[in-house]
Amino acid sequence: MGQDTTRTIQVDTLARVEGEGALDIRIRQGRVEAVKFRIFEPPRFFEALLRGRDFTEAPDITARICGICPVAYLMSACHAMEAICGVTVDGELRALRRLIYCGEWIESHVLHMTMLHLPDFLGYEDVIQLAADNRPMVDRALRIKKIGNQLMRVVGGREIHPVNIRVGGFYRVPTQDQLNGLLTDLRWGLEAAETLLAFLATLPFPEFEKDYHFVALRHPGEYPFNEGELVSSDGESMPISAYESLLTEQHVAHSTALHSVMSDDRLAHVGPLARYAINGAMLTPRARAAADRLDLGDVCRNPFKSILVRGVEVIFAFEEAIRIIEAYRPPAHAHVAVHPRAGEGQGCTEAPRGICYHRYRLDEAGIIRDAKIVAPTSVNQKVIEQDLYDFVEPNIHLPDEELKLRCEQAIRNYDPCISCSTHFLTLNVDRA
Amino acid sequence: MSDRPKLAVWKFASCDGCQLSLLDCEDQLLAVADAVDIAYFPEATRVMQPGPYDVSLVEGSITTAEDAQRILRVRAESRVLITLGACATAGGIQSLRNHADVAEYIRVVYARPEFIETLSTSTPIADHVKVDFELRGCPIDKGQLLEVLIAHLHRRRPIIPNHSVCQSCKRAGHVCVMVAHGTPCLGPVTHAGCGALCPGYKRGCYGCFGPAEGGKPAALSARLRELGMSNPELVRLYRSFNAQAEDFRTESEANEVQSGAQGN
Repeated sequence: MGQDTTRTIQVDTLARVEGEGALDIRIRQGRVEAVKFRIFEPPRFFEALLRGRDFTEAPDITARICGICPVAYLMSACHAMEAICGVTVDGELRALRRLIYCGEWIESHVLHMTMLHLPDFLGYEDVIQLAADNRPMVDRALRIKKIGNQLMRVVGGREIHPVNIRVGGFYRVPTQDQLNGLLTDLRWGLEAAETLLAFLATLPFPEFEKDYHFVALRHPGEYPFNEGELVSSDGESMPISAYESLLTEQHVAHSTALHSVMSDDRLAHVGPLARYAINGAMLTPRARAAADRLDLGDVCRNPFKSILVRGVEVIFAFEEAIRIIEAYRPPAHAHVAVHPRAGEGQGCTEAPRGICYHRYRLDEAGIIRDAKIVAPTSVNQKVIEQDLYDFVEPNIHLPDEELKLRCEQAIRNYDPCISCSTHFLTLNVDRA
Repeated sequence: MSDRPKLAVWKFASCDGCQLSLLDCEDQLLAVADAVDIAYFPEATRVMQPGPYDVSLVEGSITTAEDAQRILRVRAESRVLITLGACATAGGIQSLRNHADVAEYIRVVYARPEFIETLSTSTPIADHVKVDFELRGCPIDKGQLLEVLIAHLHRRRPIIPNHSVCQSCKRAGHVCVMVAHGTPCLGPVTHAGCGALCPGYKRGCYGCFGPAEGGKPAALSARLRELGMSNPELVRLYRSFNAQAEDFRTESEANEVQSGAQGN
């Protein structure tokens, strides 16, 4: 493993990510020569199979892109269809949409933070080994996650592929009692999330910071879920209908996912760090206070600290869920009527991993003629590769196993959802 | 450690939701991890032990030549092979390609079709290897998952009801959405397992658990036509997450022939 040989660091099946991917790093003469973060998840052709389907079917069909963040797909599809049909979903129905999104963020973030990402920081292979040494912490995390799932179940019917979301709103709205029944757990969850985050703050974080081009939704009145302008940390701001002028997709040979890039070859970074950088001022009081206790500042540029920002967002999601439930009055109608019309429209909402974009074209009967979907991991894939380049060089002295583990951790910073972005991950380091 | 049964979890073409169901068993997860040796489950652990395995849980459908080979190796290494969910038991939503031109599908999604290797069909696991138990649902029910796991560990038959959603719905005391509101519902012909979720939400069943044994989709279609559904709508209703399950496939094709006659 001298400086004059080739090293290959290779991870054939990347663990603790959602879906199938691999990583190859080739090091020659002590320099990183190539990094490939590969997605080999088989393609499922959603954009093609949506053609010829009814506009009302898009939410449930696209939910099946991802079992971890189905609400993101359900929501982006609903908003796109409503944009085409000229319908606005407001008031309590809009609040209920935010409420179920709170459930998905809690469930998905806590799954990633404690079961997928945390073992890297503490030197465990998985959460089960971790539980053997710190059972109370794991039990608490599992219970927090479960509360996120309960929220999804009460509003959506079930946690994976909820059945209660439709274009125009919901099939049935929850009663005030059903939601009030969640409050005790949600208040416990809020406290528990703060305790969990205080523990995570003690983790060792690699010194690694970068000037990212963050992209997220921004809304004047709230931390974003469903709606807002598309905003970059470079000062761009536009309606979501201009998404494709900000981010264009490229198809690269080693991947069944498509890569998204910004103009001037800038690599967009979406997800918790981006949302925090662009919307930090809109956090709820305890989430903001938690971020301040952690000294996260206005912008967090260390991707390894994404685990902390996810923690801040979990606190936000609990506060927001409690606020929504306390103000909830069941609306008279579970949905607004939506009549199809010919046209094209977009939906873009904040999945736990970042913005999830849908565009559809409908005919006058409401049949889908064209569909385009961009998953957040497709956008982050290039940033992940660039992070690996920049991270491996200063750490090139590490032995292969250690380097491999740190590279995996660097990938998991992004909570990559490979099932989603297939349209990806094995880790191989090749040193010469 | 080594005397506990070895469990493996495999993924083929799928959304990850069914294996996520195992991680969603928040109250039982650590107990499961005590009872079995989680030998291979990449979504949850970096430890990847070689086979053979006592129980393999398989998620997803076969859509590539490589996966068609991989499932043979999984079978050869597994004493018991259980499929999880609609993709693994009925091809999944991605099996809509079986009714379309795949070259066209690739062109629609990918700018460089030459980079993409895929089969023209998405097929269930049982089309490729012997399957010991098929667990239905899109997604599966985690209670049923635990029951199937426990049953196989004790070498008994899993207690998984195979009646229709309609019967679960009556037992749950829901108002029938089809009778009361004229809402099209696949409950009479769909396999139980969800607890009649959709009708409980005033929505018609959309068939996540695939066809029930002994259901009569043609009779249901006749009623759905009376409720105003067109043939293309019926084709789409049967042709979704369980499109390749025999009874649903047959019924979607029957309606396709008729809609061809009226010009889809």
